Amino acid sequence: MEIPEEEFLAPGHRGCAGCGATVGVRLALKMLGKNTVAVSATGCLEVITTPYPETSWKIPWIHVAFENAAAVASGVERALKSQGKDDVNVVTFAGDGGTADIGLQALSGAMERGHNLIYICYDNEAYMNTGVQRSGATPYGASTTTSPHGKESFGEDKPKKNIPMIMAAHGVPYVATASISYPEDFMKKVKKAKEVDGPAYIHLHQPCTTGWGFDPSQTIELGRLAVETGSWILYEIEEGEFKITYRPMQRKPVNTYLESQKRFKHLKEEEKDRIQEYVDQVCAELKI
Amino acid sequence: MTSIGATVKEPGSSKHNKTGSWRTFKPILDKEKCIDCENCFLFCPEGCINKEYDIDYDYCKGCGICAEECPVKAIKMERE
Ligand SMILES: Cc1ncc(C[n+]2csc(CCOP(=O)(O)OP(=O)(O)O)c2C)c(N)n1
Ligand code: SF4
Ligand code: SF4
Ligand code: SF4
Ligand SMILES: [Mg+2]
Repeated sequence: MEIPEEEFLAPGHRGCAGCGATVGVRLALKMLGKNTVAVSATGCLEVITTPYPETSWKIPWIHVAFENAAAVASGVERALKSQGKDDVNVVTFAGDGGTADIGLQALSGAMERGHNLIYICYDNEAYMNTGVQRSGATPYGASTTTSPHGKESFGEDKPKKNIPMIMAAHGVPYVATASISYPEDFMKKVKKAKEVDGPAYIHLHQPCTTGWGFDPSQTIELGRLAVETGSWILYEIEEGEFKITYRPMQRKPVNTYLESQKRFKHLKEEEKDRIQEYVDQVCAELKI
Repeated sequence: MTSIGATVKEPGSSKHNKTGSWRTFKPILDKEKCIDCENCFLFCPEGCINKEYDIDYDYCKGCGICAEECPVKAIKMERE
């Protein structure tokens, strides 16, 4: 795949050294090109790319609030359409909190109405911008400031909410999962999402050095470990047709992923076994 | 036209903020060793490595991702 050199996200942004969110946005925008309007929900990405009076965005970009990114994108799409500008891509970038929790109603509405837009959830598995609070997308066992581990708790006690499948249940033409560590797979999906007429949803797994607790140089390796252990699965659903887009050669033990992050360091063997069992079950169903 | 909220009219203006000052380790790329795989270009969170594999030290934060993801160890991290 020929990957364009042109960057649509300027440097100088305030992301932590090694931030995976900006990697995801850079790669997505390379596929979408300059004829694109971006919408962001409140969150790390919005804060680090637009410290007033600066912006990192080289394309038109709009932010309104935490909960309504999909509603704003719907309005932008309709306004462009009424002006006859049918060739402009409208893309939303929202965090997992902005997607799985507070923005879910706006997102569901946009999917239901069938707007021609692309929604990318960059999932770092907690509310990072406000200091690592749990979200509906936080995985089982992870320690966050609102699901702390200690005498009374082993960390997050709920499984990760399955947002891509909730999106698929809306019957939209394109749904995919992706990871910043598999750039070609991700970029192919963005290209498909761009070509689809109607709503397209991509759930992008994005390791976060600060919130997960690992060395900044390991951001890509962590994303890879999530996929190679079967903890994160790469698939797409095109017009209802489900397809795994990447199969690990041989699944690594989940512990190789867990033990490289501070948020899972406290887990006892039995809790890790429970996570391995859960992953085995999901992978068996999908023949991974 | 009245505008509500804030508008920033210079696209990409965060480039005025040189994040190279954050760095404690500096990536040194050896083009002789490079096999042109594009990993460093793709994975840099700052987008500060181009397709000629020149690193823009004005913005490089020294995260070390490029060195970590180089399959032939053509990038070494050196203390500033
Ligand atoms: C209505 C409302 N509630 C709370 C906040 C505070 N807030 C800003 S960003 C954020 C967390 C965002 O989390 P997520 O969507 O996962 O994005 P991330 O920061 O992790 O990238 C919160 C709680 C807000 N801006 N608006
Ligand atoms: S907290 Fe995480 S997502 Fe937010 S800027 Fe830092 S590395 Fe990126
Ligand atoms: S050290 Fe990090 S910021 Fe610097 S060039 Fe390498 S990947 Fe980019
Ligand atoms: S990662 Fe290494 S081999 Fe690949 S392009 Fe960069 S310097 Fe060259
Ligand atoms: Mg988040």
